[in-house]
Amino acid sequence: MTAPSSLWSTLSEPLVRQNPVTLQILGICSALAVTTSLPTALTMAGSLTVVLVLSAAIISMIRRHIPDAIRLIVQIVIVASLVIVIDQVLQAYLFEISRKLSVFVSLITTNCLVLGRTESYARLNPPLPSMVDALGNGLGYSLVLVVIGTLRELFGSGTLMGAQVLPLASEGGWFTPMSLMLLAPSAFFLLGGLVWAIRTWRPEQAEVPEYTPPEAIGEPAE
Amino acid sequence: MADLNPISAWRGLLALPNESRTKTVAMAFIVSAVCAVLVTGATVILRPIQAANRAAEEQARIEALVAGIPGMADLLQQTGGTLTTVVVNLKDGRAATNVTPATLASALADAANWTSLPAGEDLAGLGQRPDYAQIYLLRDGDTVSLALLPISGAGYNGRIDAILALKGDMRTIAGMAVTRQSETPGLGGRIEEPAWLASFAGTRTTDDTGTVRFSVARGPAANEYQVDGITGATRTSNAMTRIIRFWLGPEGYGPLIDAIRRGEF
Repeated sequence: MTAPSSLWSTLSEPLVRQNPVTLQILGICSALAVTTSLPTALTMAGSLTVVLVLSAAIISMIRRHIPDAIRLIVQIVIVASLVIVIDQVLQAYLFEISRKLSVFVSLITTNCLVLGRTESYARLNPPLPSMVDALGNGLGYSLVLVVIGTLRELFGSGTLMGAQVLPLASEGGWFTPMSLMLLAPSAFFLLGGLVWAIRTWRPEQAEVPEYTPPEAIGEPAE
Repeated sequence: MADLNPISAWRGLLALPNESRTKTVAMAFIVSAVCAVLVTGATVILRPIQAANRAAEEQARIEALVAGIPGMADLLQQTGGTLTTVVVNLKDGRAATNVTPATLASALADAANWTSLPAGEDLAGLGQRPDYAQIYLLRDGDTVSLALLPISGAGYNGRIDAILALKGDMRTIAGMAVTRQSETPGLGGRIEEPAWLASFAGTRTTDDTGTVRFSVARGPAANEYQVDGITGATRTSNAMTRIIRFWLGPEGYGPLIDAIRRGEF
């Protein structure tokens, strides 16, 4: 179980093949809300990864002693406390960015991704594999956030990490910012396009249609 | 009989089946207690740094606001470059006698120092308004040449805090700075942009009869009482109009503005 190769696959699987956002479509609310610029996307990705790894470690350590009847509440309390601590640290040391992230850091608590990993993996596995799994999922989430954040910041305001990359038309350049990129719908489009691209590249990720209409035989009924 | 040795009691607790009621209650309690200590510790340890961050940001915005007003740098140098901080009583528009900037926070913690606003007068969507406010005045000799008035109110997505700078005649805006907002990024969030805030300078707030006429226009400004509206952010623009009108009106800084115009400051 703890052979290096299996740890490596636990870490690398969620990056693309089992990506929590594009395959399981988990945690997309925050993925859409914070990706208007790359710095906020990176901070959010970092915060979520830290919360995910720490909560997986703690829950995995006490996994044999969590009563089944209250296991979800115990997990949520632990996740919520870690989120508050992270939020306070951000407000103290990354004040500007924490203002831009506003409520979305606190909403990590309700991020399906975190509870999904603690409930389905950390609750059943020893600390080391749990932390590696959490790190892999955190990095998978980060990857999607960085891709979408890069596209939205680049085409929405012509900057990357706040530095002007595409010269703006209003300042003598040629690029007119696409304001749509800064709004939530564009994140849906980009995420949809990303999921489409990944599933075209790896057809095994596509879901089986739940219902196939029967072939029409002969004349259609009146 | 209860086991009084803590170590064996702990072992006994851990050895209980997970489904037992004692262990369920004990686990819930232990997890909550540990998490409470964690959260409290982080909050208490980090609070001074956060408070310093907020104060520094407020200060930086006030400095940027003052520096951005044309001719203000010269005026600051003449007067020694300092703004005086005054706590005013909004009801009668005079300097507060029993509240100083240092005691303002504790005075505002007392609900008796707040006035609830009836729905008809609550343009800014505040619900209630403090009776004391800290303002900044710049004096040129005996007369007030600039007043910085903190204003706030409900925007489209949340509270908007801003500082409005009025020239000595108290009828012309000298500048504007938004210190806190959570409007839609790229639309209402543009109220923070210097280009838009710069358009406030020179705009008149009240006509000669003293009626507040200021508004954020729909589209380009049509007269001297308007500033350009923000495309796609009608709700935020309207909120700014209401917030500024409220604070310039009788429930806001109206009495103070009249007092300054009469030369009582």
